[in-house]
Amino acid sequence: MIKYIARRILQMIPVFIGVTIILFVLRSPGVVGGDPIRMITGERAISETLYNQLVERYGLDEPFYVQYATYLNDLVHGDLGQSYNKSRPVAEILWDKFPNTLRLALAAILIEMVFGIIAGIISAVKRYSFWDVLVTFSTSVLVSLPVFWLGMLLQILFGLKFKEWGLPYLPISGMSSERFPDIVHLIMPAITLASVSTAYAARIMRSQLLEVMGQDYMRTAAAKGLSHGMVIWNHGMKNAMIPVVTYFGLDFAAMMGGTVLTETVFNWPGIGYEIFLAIGQRDWPIVMGATIIIVFIVMAMNLIVDISYAFLDPRIRYGRQVA
Amino acid sequence: MRKKQPTGEQVAPVSGDATGAAAVASTEVLTGPARSLRADAIRRLKKNKLAVAGLVWIIIVILVAITADLWAPYWLGDPVAIDSTTAAERMLLSPSVDHPFGTDKLGRDVASRVVYGARVSLLVGVVAVAIAVAIGLLMGALAAYYGGIWDAIIMRTADVFFAFPYILFAIVLIALLGPGLQNVFIAIGVLGWPSIARVFRSSILSVKENEYVDAARAMGSSTRRILLRHIMPNAVAPIIVYATMSIGGAILTEAALSFLGMGVQPPDPSWGNMLDDARSFMLTAPWLMIYPGIAILTTVLAFVLLGDGLRDALDVKMKE
Repeated sequence: MIKYIARRILQMIPVFIGVTIILFVLRSPGVVGGDPIRMITGERAISETLYNQLVERYGLDEPFYVQYATYLNDLVHGDLGQSYNKSRPVAEILWDKFPNTLRLALAAILIEMVFGIIAGIISAVKRYSFWDVLVTFSTSVLVSLPVFWLGMLLQILFGLKFKEWGLPYLPISGMSSERFPDIVHLIMPAITLASVSTAYAARIMRSQLLEVMGQDYMRTAAAKGLSHGMVIWNHGMKNAMIPVVTYFGLDFAAMMGGTVLTETVFNWPGIGYEIFLAIGQRDWPIVMGATIIIVFIVMAMNLIVDISYAFLDPRIRYGRQVA
Repeated sequence: MRKKQPTGEQVAPVSGDATGAAAVASTEVLTGPARSLRADAIRRLKKNKLAVAGLVWIIIVILVAITADLWAPYWLGDPVAIDSTTAAERMLLSPSVDHPFGTDKLGRDVASRVVYGARVSLLVGVVAVAIAVAIGLLMGALAAYYGGIWDAIIMRTADVFFAFPYILFAIVLIALLGPGLQNVFIAIGVLGWPSIARVFRSSILSVKENEYVDAARAMGSSTRRILLRHIMPNAVAPIIVYATMSIGGAILTEAALSFLGMGVQPPDPSWGNMLDDARSFMLTAPWLMIYPGIAILTTVLAFVLLGDGLRDALDVKMKE
């Protein structure tokens, strides 16, 4: 097991280096990003002295590989460079925002688990019923729905219209206010972020449970005289849950990337919104630092998911070569 | 590649030759009366009502987009130009007979903009996915057929791409490339290839093991001929399914990028940038956001449903 984990961590290194190289190459002068100094100053005219000072300050006069090595070295030491606009370290800015994104993603995962699993179970147990058709069709609709549009619809209905009609309404932007408890601020952004994932979770839960229900041991359990509910709960769920749990792990990481849209719609002060703002201000160190952190989280989650597989499913043992 | 995609219109009675058809092994064929694999797939697709509905909607959207120039500007109004003499009295009108979807903040007809937005969405869907499929097929074929070092390099590169959350990578790429439709094509195309390559690679690897490939080799067929005549037609079904679903995904991505101001630039209409405009008028002019959103939802849904139907009709096993 330890051998397996070590091997997986070693495998992560080239991928991670590949990611940083791609990002680094893309922003280099002459590739696509143009002159980094222009990215800092924008359209403003600057004197040659100032230009040269900036080049030196950000180490842009060094050869490419030296710049990259410096960046990588800093990265390993937790230094993501300096923001162009905010004259603060990128790591510090992101560290401030990260808990907000984490809170949003955790709430979304919770919604996804509860509704995804319940919808999937209903759909599988009552196969071909009205409920099954409803769940199947609504999952197709949810995956086709632009998340930012869903966010806007929720804002109009529960935020603006409910207020107009004198009903209890929800805040449409921000993370906290004097009027509402923080958790109320979380409701609409979390539902928006969870929407697509919930649909996938329901589909996976349904197909897994259907597959498990066709197994021999399910028939045996029923033949022993267990009630239908007991069979599904004790024998079915345990086996069907493994891929679903895996999905939650992988999805949690994917959500980190998905937060850009949701956080922008709701002005949620997290990493995603920060990326959106930084792109507008051409603050590339923030964009790059945030992307690298998110990629790192994705990779770490993949690893955790693979390891947890071994604990959840006794048939899987890593380390040994399986033919 | 996409030309081979069976569509509801091609329901010519059992004719086509099975050899060249985009067909996939099916047990049903062995028991039924003699039919080509393609005809068999089409028959199954026709039975799937949701998939047929999706296909019909896609055809309608395509027709609307292609013929827009012939009627939309006359019947509805110009989608881009602002008539400054009448703009003030025509702005933010709610839906009426003259303007079925209302007008926007500059007095332009929303229905006309939605119609022209369909052009952008379909173009992005087809071009971006075509780019992704072209690169993906090449990479997948190289990796699967030659194996070894090719396989290692290509699939590890794909792993690097998979480590990026999709939408985030698209945003970062556009941030560097600059906004605009052309860069949206590039971003979605470049980001899409690893999935196609992976699907095609595994599909080739499983087809490669069949006896008929050995037989072809024993008869002295060249590698090129084996790939094109024997492996491709049998490995292509998952790609058709995947590409169909990807078109929906590409349309969503374009909408998201344009919504963030990184895709199609005003004054040109795209469903995504119309939603961005609509944000400022959510309460006073909700129609601004309702119709472009419905357009995205229904079009993407149509591709998803058609993709599901094709998957079942072609008997492709896919992981969610």
